[in-house]
Amino acid sequence: MSHELSLKEIKKEWHGTLKSYVIGFITSILLTAASFYIVIAKVFTGSVLVLTITMLALAQAIFQLRYFLHLGQEAKPRWESVVFYFMIMVLLIIAIGSLWIMHDLNDRVMSDMTNMPMEKHHD
Amino acid sequence: METLAVHHTHDSHADTRVPDPHQDTFSKTILGFWMYLMTDCILFATLFATYAVLHNSTFGGPSSRDIFSLSIASIETMILLFSSVTCGLGVLSAVHSKKNQIILWFALTFVLGASFVAIELHEFSHLVLEGNSWNRSAFLSSFFTLVGTHGLHVTVGLFWMIVMIVQVLLSGITVATFRRLVVFSMFWHFLDLVWIFIFTIVYLMGVI
Amino acid sequence: MFGRLTLEAFKHEPSQNFAVVMMVLTGIGIMGAITYSKKWKWLWDEWFTSVDPKKIGLMYIIVALLMFFKGFSDALMMRLQQALSVGDAHGFIAPGHFQEIFSAHGTTMIFFVGMGVVFGLMNLVIPLQIGARDVAYPFLNALGFWLFAAASVLSLFSLAIGKFSATGWLAYPPLSGIEYSPDEGVDYWIWIVQIAGIGSTLSGINFIVTILKMRCPGMTFMKMPIFVWSGLCAMVLVIFAFPILTATLVLLSLDRYLGMHFFTAGFGGNPMMYINLIWAWGHPEVYILILPAFGIFSEVVPTFSEKRLFGYASMVWALIVITFLSFVVWLHHFFTMGASSGVNAFFGIMTMLIAIPTGVKLFNWLFTKFRGRVHFTSPMLWFFAFVLNFSIGGMTGILLSAPPVDYQAHNSLFLIAHFHGMVIGGMLFGFFCGFTYWFPKFTGFFLSERLNIYAFWCWFTGFLLAFMPLYMLGFMGATRRLDHYEASTGWQPLFIIVGIGALIILCGVGVQIYGLFMSIKDRKKNLDVTGNPWNGRTLEWSTPSPPPIYNFAITPIVDDLDPLWAIKEGHAPPQNKNYEDIHLPKNTPMGLYIGILSLIFGFAMTWYMTWLALASFVAIVICLIIRLSGEDEHEMITAKQVKEMEAAHLSKQGAR
Repeated sequence: MSHELSLKEIKKEWHGTLKSYVIGFITSILLTAASFYIVIAKVFTGSVLVLTITMLALAQAIFQLRYFLHLGQEAKPRWESVVFYFMIMVLLIIAIGSLWIMHDLNDRVMSDMTNMPMEKHHD
Repeated sequence: METLAVHHTHDSHADTRVPDPHQDTFSKTILGFWMYLMTDCILFATLFATYAVLHNSTFGGPSSRDIFSLSIASIETMILLFSSVTCGLGVLSAVHSKKNQIILWFALTFVLGASFVAIELHEFSHLVLEGNSWNRSAFLSSFFTLVGTHGLHVTVGLFWMIVMIVQVLLSGITVATFRRLVVFSMFWHFLDLVWIFIFTIVYLMGVI
Repeated sequence: MFGRLTLEAFKHEPSQNFAVVMMVLTGIGIMGAITYSKKWKWLWDEWFTSVDPKKIGLMYIIVALLMFFKGFSDALMMRLQQALSVGDAHGFIAPGHFQEIFSAHGTTMIFFVGMGVVFGLMNLVIPLQIGARDVAYPFLNALGFWLFAAASVLSLFSLAIGKFSATGWLAYPPLSGIEYSPDEGVDYWIWIVQIAGIGSTLSGINFIVTILKMRCPGMTFMKMPIFVWSGLCAMVLVIFAFPILTATLVLLSLDRYLGMHFFTAGFGGNPMMYINLIWAWGHPEVYILILPAFGIFSEVVPTFSEKRLFGYASMVWALIVITFLSFVVWLHHFFTMGASSGVNAFFGIMTMLIAIPTGVKLFNWLFTKFRGRVHFTSPMLWFFAFVLNFSIGGMTGILLSAPPVDYQAHNSLFLIAHFHGMVIGGMLFGFFCGFTYWFPKFTGFFLSERLNIYAFWCWFTGFLLAFMPLYMLGFMGATRRLDHYEASTGWQPLFIIVGIGALIILCGVGVQIYGLFMSIKDRKKNLDVTGNPWNGRTLEWSTPSPPPIYNFAITPIVDDLDPLWAIKEGHAPPQNKNYEDIHLPKNTPMGLYIGILSLIFGFAMTWYMTWLALASFVAIVICLIIRLSGEDEHEMITAKQVKEMEAAHLSKQGAR
């Protein structure tokens, strides 16, 4: 195929460097440690806690996407990024939609049976 | 295995109106595999959503607070993170064509990955033996499935790694083996990415 | 050794025995004919091991048409039963069998006919329309087909060995759980759908990368044919929706095989979550089926109106908006499951919104015809039938999108009439339109236009008779999936009309089969010599009929939306004149092998034959490792050979 590249050329298409792995590694360690510490030491509680560790997880995910998976560094027209953003959109719709729907349905089912073993049927 | 004899016709028709000049096998493979990873994200999202809906359905059995150990989760997290880095360093060695280093880094990645799976299996068998298996409640079903699916992916990665190490030993770094190492590293990094959300949503949120 | 498979599995209801015998005889007949004409080697070399999308596309369509007979037989049986089974009469089909029939009907039509014709036409047309020689992943493409074929064969097995699922085409739990459906039926269904689904996902990835990366020079996105756009949008839906299906089927499998409690009635399970997830996939699925049909009309209408497509940009935006909206409407399939009014209203409104871009498309097609020179060929007849039937079905969809209305009509025959208007009036008529339009291109000869038209009128009349009364029956209270009803309902006359409609459709199908055979018999008298019999606008019409294996001897350069009309009008860009060596991927039997192994795996899992499941799974893994360890291998056609092949085509044309 007239479009095939040599080994030397394709190595240039991969964007990993020692620097990127060091940065990714260190930020991941820090963010992970922070998450675990905040939970164990109960630095926050309740929804603040949940929000904080969620933000830390998202931050770590972004760092790993950038520094391990090299997202955003691909050649234009950066299809990997486009597909990624689309996936995030679908993911949020499905996840949030499902949680909203199921929460709503579960409320209306009015069941307090999910946490208790079923009692014998009364005849 | 023979190396590829590249049928190389110099492209004298380099046309600036080509919508995407990157029609070579490497960039096509990377994009295609990335898309597969995106489908896997949706698959995991479905499992996460199911876990979120069912995690309180304990049916009189144990809840997340009763069974999760943060020390185990933190060890697993560190192991996987280290293995992600060793994997990346392995591909870097391939760029520099250092065959022995490649084998070393990937062997290390394998050991770390295998340790992760071993610890997870230990955690699971402990739960099963004390009567809290996946058929105890919807919560446990969704826990075992979400975390287990991730563990299964890691296990597939371990087998894949063996095949890759064998290929590198036999063929060295060729266009094809380099491409496959990059693809593997994408998979392995992706698994660490998913794990971030598992340790956060399942383990951390599970104990608070 | 045989798991839970016993000789009992081979015993069926009397009404089933006939179908099994017919199927087995047909299979033996086909294999006998191939053996008699000594075509096995040819089939193996040219078709079974092929990675050429043109071959794969034809195979998809052949499988889809064969599966159509199965699905349509199911429909005929149901309508005959319903016409007869009133009051004291109970028809000829036992209730248990009836449940298997409606489950098989839906499963077959959606997964094998619908997805089959979509992937079939995409394989045939898209590489040519973008000026490419191949798809991005020829092997993956072939594998996707063989998984599809394996799943369809598994569904044929389910007819003959054991029972099929009796829980509908979507298998709602808890009925489909192990407690209430312990036998092999639901397991068959799970593996059939799972294997087909994985094939679809792989093909989806393939076509997206093909369209993104392999367009010929000058073909920017806004110069792509609309059929390619519709394929791109449909495949985007595929890759993001099918993983939901895969995951949900896994969860149901875990409930059934390992006693888990995702969807069970007790132990904390939540069956409503299954319905939520399955429709989060299910709604995009129906758009996957319809968008390519819209794309087909966008190709056919301008050609047979001798006028460029009206509003190209708005057509593209309409496709994109529909793609996005199809992810946010899924709850309208279960308004009656009991969500609160806020939730129902949100999804109702989102559903109504989809009508807008759909309407834009419809009006653009009609505006294309306005002041055009319209040819009433059979593809155009299918288009007109689509406009009528899809519009009626679509409008009833808007009715149903209002939750209070849906509370009355949900799961009644009104709903059945609505969605058959969509899939038959929309998808199937679109496929027939595309099939008759592109037939000469891919076979090299014409279908009998006269027989096409007779078949069309049978289908059109039959469809109206078979489905319009269902709207009335729905309002009269008739629910779906009924195998018997009381005479006091007054439904029978309408059911009889519906049955007659189904029989008229049967006539249409008969004419289509007859027409196909006659056209094949007379093919040498009806050759397509020009390669462009309809004065088409897009690149596929610039190749010979059928196209050579490499599609284009010289990769075209385009500068216009309708490149062939640009050439006619004298403003096409200059083309390359030099022949180059062409590299094509080698044939491989791996796709077929993995397909066969998947079939065995699905069968083994259904019947709890653990050793066989494990063995076939390991074999699949080994095949994959072998395939993915080989070096990239190609065949080469030298520039000289290309030149000779092209000269041969031209001289054949000249000789006529």
